[in-house]
Amino acid sequence: MAGERLDEQTMAIRAAKEFQDGMIVNLGVGIPTFCSNFVAPEREVLFHSENGVIGFGPIIDNAEEADENLINAGVQPVSRKPGMAFMDHAESFCIIRGGHVDITVLGVVQVSEKGDLANYVVPGKQIGSFGGGQDLAFCAKKVIALTTFSTKEGGPKIVKECTQPITAPQCVDQIISDIAVLDVTPEGLVLREVAPGWTAEEVQALTEAKIIVPPDVEEMTLL
Amino acid sequence: MINKIVGSFDEAVADMVDGATVLIGGFGGAGECPSYLIAAVGRKGVKDLTIVGNTGGWGVDLLDILRQRMAVILNLPEDWYDPGLLVERGQVKKGILSFPAAPARILTPFERAVLAGGVEVELLGQGTLCERMRAAKGGIAAFYTPVGVGTIVEEGKEVREFNGRKHLLEHAIKSDFSLIRAHKADRYGNLVYRGTARTFNPVMAGASTVTVAEVDEVVELGELDPECIVTPGVYVQRVVVRPKEPRPWDEAM
Repeated sequence: MAGERLDEQTMAIRAAKEFQDGMIVNLGVGIPTFCSNFVAPEREVLFHSENGVIGFGPIIDNAEEADENLINAGVQPVSRKPGMAFMDHAESFCIIRGGHVDITVLGVVQVSEKGDLANYVVPGKQIGSFGGGQDLAFCAKKVIALTTFSTKEGGPKIVKECTQPITAPQCVDQIISDIAVLDVTPEGLVLREVAPGWTAEEVQALTEAKIIVPPDVEEMTLL
Repeated sequence: MINKIVGSFDEAVADMVDGATVLIGGFGGAGECPSYLIAAVGRKGVKDLTIVGNTGGWGVDLLDILRQRMAVILNLPEDWYDPGLLVERGQVKKGILSFPAAPARILTPFERAVLAGGVEVELLGQGTLCERMRAAKGGIAAFYTPVGVGTIVEEGKEVREFNGRKHLLEHAIKSDFSLIRAHKADRYGNLVYRGTARTFNPVMAGASTVTVAEVDEVVELGELDPECIVTPGVYVQRVVVRPKEPRPWDEAM
C-alpha cells in the first residue's frame, strides 16, 4: 500500500526549498503561487510577476489592506516590501526573455518524459491562454513543473508524449509532485525523491513514461 | 500651445472607424484598465474591430460575478468595463491576445464568440505580444525570438537559426488606436502610473496612430517630476480625465 499523497501546500513547501538566496523567481498561477509563503527566512528571494513588479511581499487576503494597483500575475493583491520595483510590460519581459529569471514554477496539464510542457489549454476547452507562461517556459534558467502526479480522474499527467497542445518543447528541468521529485535529463526521467511511504515501483506504476531509478533515491524532506 | 486634454470620452474616440485595430491597455485587473474609453467605443458602436491586448475581457455579467466573489480580498470598482463589453456587443471580429480563455471551465465572451464562429483569435505569449507592440512604437519592422518554436505559435512564420537555436520572425503590429490608462497627466501628455497598473499601458503608448490616455487626474505643467515620468507626452495624442464618481457605461460622457 502506497503512502499518502502530499497536499498542495506541502508540494509548494517542497518546491520553495529550491529557491536559493539571491534568486529571481517567477511563480505561475495555481499551486505555484503558494510557494512565496515558504521561503526559508535566512534567504532573500525576489519574486517577479510578469505584469510588472519584482520584490513584492506576501499575498494579501483581505480587502482592507488590498490595493487594486498592486497585484500579481494571478490578479491577487500582494503587499509592498522594501526594495520592490515596478516596471512596464516590455521591461518585465526583458527580465524573462533575457534569461534573468533563475527559477520559474509552472502548473501542468501534462509533462512528457522529454520535458515537453502542456499547460495552456484547460482540458476539454478549444481555446487556450499562454499568458506569460510560454515565455517563462522557453527562457527561465530552470523550469520546475509543480503538479499532482495523476489527474483528478486518476490518469497520468507525466506521459511519454503529450497529447495536449504544448506550451514549450523540452523545457522542464524538474518535476515536483505529490508523490515524487524527478529530474528531466538527456537520458530520460530520473527519480530523485519519493514521498514518505512510496516506492519507486509504485511511482512507475502510475505512468507509462520510463523512470530511471538510481540507487540513491531519497525520501522527500521539506527543510 | 500644446494641449492634449480633450473634454469627453466620446470626443476622444470620435474618429474611430469600423475595421480599426485597437490596442487596449491593462493586464486583467481593474486598476490598469481604460474602462471609460472602452465604454465610449461601446457607445460609438464601431464594428469589425481587431482588439489587441492581454485578455478579451470578462464582459458585463462575469465581471459582476467576479466583483461578488472577490469582495473578501479586493474591492473591485463598479465602473470597471473591460474589452468583453465590446465582444458582447458584437463589435469585435478578431483578437490578438495572450489570455483569451478563462483558466477554468467557464467561458469568456470572447471564447463564446470564437466558438460560435465569425470571430478569429491569434494567440500569442505575452512577451511576443508585448514586443510586437514595442516594435511598432520604435519603428522596428520585425524581430526574431526563440519563444514559440515547436508550438502553434510557429505556424506560418519564418524560422531562422541564431547561435544554434531556432527563432521565429515576428512582425510589428500596426494599429490605429491605443486606449491606455494612467494615473496622472499634464497637458503635454506626459504620464505617470501607479504600481502594477503600469503593465501594458506604457508599451502601447505611441504604438498606434492615435494614443488616448484615460487618467485619474490632470496636473499643471511642471508638477510631474521629470525624473519620474514613465511615458513622455510625445507618444500621447489625447488625454481624458475619469469622472470622480462611477458612471454607467452607456451614459454619454
